[in-house]
Amino acid sequence: METREFNVDLHIHTALSPCASGEMTPEEIVGRALEKELSIIGITDHNSAGNVGAVWESAKGTKLVVIPGMEVETREEIHVICLFNTLNAALEMQEFVYTHLPSIPNKPDIFGEQVLFESSAKKKTCERMLLTSTALPVEEVVSKVKKMDGIYIFAHVDRPSYSIISQLLFIPENLQDAAVEISPKANPQEVKEKYPSVRKMAMIKSSDAHRPTDIGTGGTIICMKEPGFRFLQEVLTGKQNNNIIFK
Amino acid sequence: MRLGDIVKRLDLKIESDTENMDNEIISGYCSDLLSDVMGNVRKGSIWVTLQTHKNVLAVAALTDVAAILITGGAHPDQDMLSKAEDEGIPVLSTSISSFEIVGRLYEMGIRGMRRGD
Repeated sequence: METREFNVDLHIHTALSPCASGEMTPEEIVGRALEKELSIIGITDHNSAGNVGAVWESAKGTKLVVIPGMEVETREEIHVICLFNTLNAALEMQEFVYTHLPSIPNKPDIFGEQVLFESSAKKKTCERMLLTSTALPVEEVVSKVKKMDGIYIFAHVDRPSYSIISQLLFIPENLQDAAVEISPKANPQEVKEKYPSVRKMAMIKSSDAHRPTDIGTGGTIICMKEPGFRFLQEVLTGKQNNNIIFK
Repeated sequence: MRLGDIVKRLDLKIESDTENMDNEIISGYCSDLLSDVMGNVRKGSIWVTLQTHKNVLAVAALTDVAAILITGGAHPDQDMLSKAEDEGIPVLSTSISSFEIVGRLYEMGIRGMRRGD
């Protein structure tokens, strides 16, 4: 099958995530992504897809493919990147996640602002605290994403916190039919040597961008026929890593 | 102290089928970080945690804990319980918090000895 190479960054936060910079507006994200010659970006705010629509709007008319998603925090404090084929699916997941989030109001002066963009001119604040665990065990998050035919990726598994490895010590077999993400500076070989349970899984790097300059620093190229969700899904649930190149 | 006596006095729920109620509890450990437990828990301890993922059993089996006590009203799922049966490690639960249950265990004479203490 004839494939082409596409630069991807599947883990980018907007100003909705309180820990992300206020500069992470839809226009800024799209602008930077195009500058960095990214073909596909994943918009993954903490426990919410509230700004995906706005980023998608900003990317209209360009060649940039915006994948709707979020970074869900499980009960065990594991971060899971959840990506979906449509905005509606991401919003459905958001509703599901919201019903399992505690109702705590955010404290912007401690955690940062949570800015929702209804359009490039109109913004409002998301009141509920997004930077916390849901009551959902990791298996339940995964099972929901699978039911919705989405993609799940265990975020930054090389990090000492919020990683499935730091929280559970290894990835159980029943969760290995997906991908893992490592930090931009991590060494893929070293990670595989250190953690046997990731060896059979697809491995990518993402920026986990919280500031504009972070975007695209993951340096991951995926070989696919077309830059689309289903092709991405095939690569990320496949057992081989030959379709994934690190720059 | 005999596990069965602890279960009775603290009104703990027995979640697993394995009823090793004669297990001798020699110390206690309270932690929700699996890596921390792996490094510190003493063989024969009662491990108090709110974690319910089945990997808890992997750590418990490796470190030879005598019982796992799940707190705060959380309950182990079927996966966790099946592993518990395989390993022969009793899993108990309580609706009260870790802090409170540890206090009551302490009052009964259980001390927090770690491996290497």
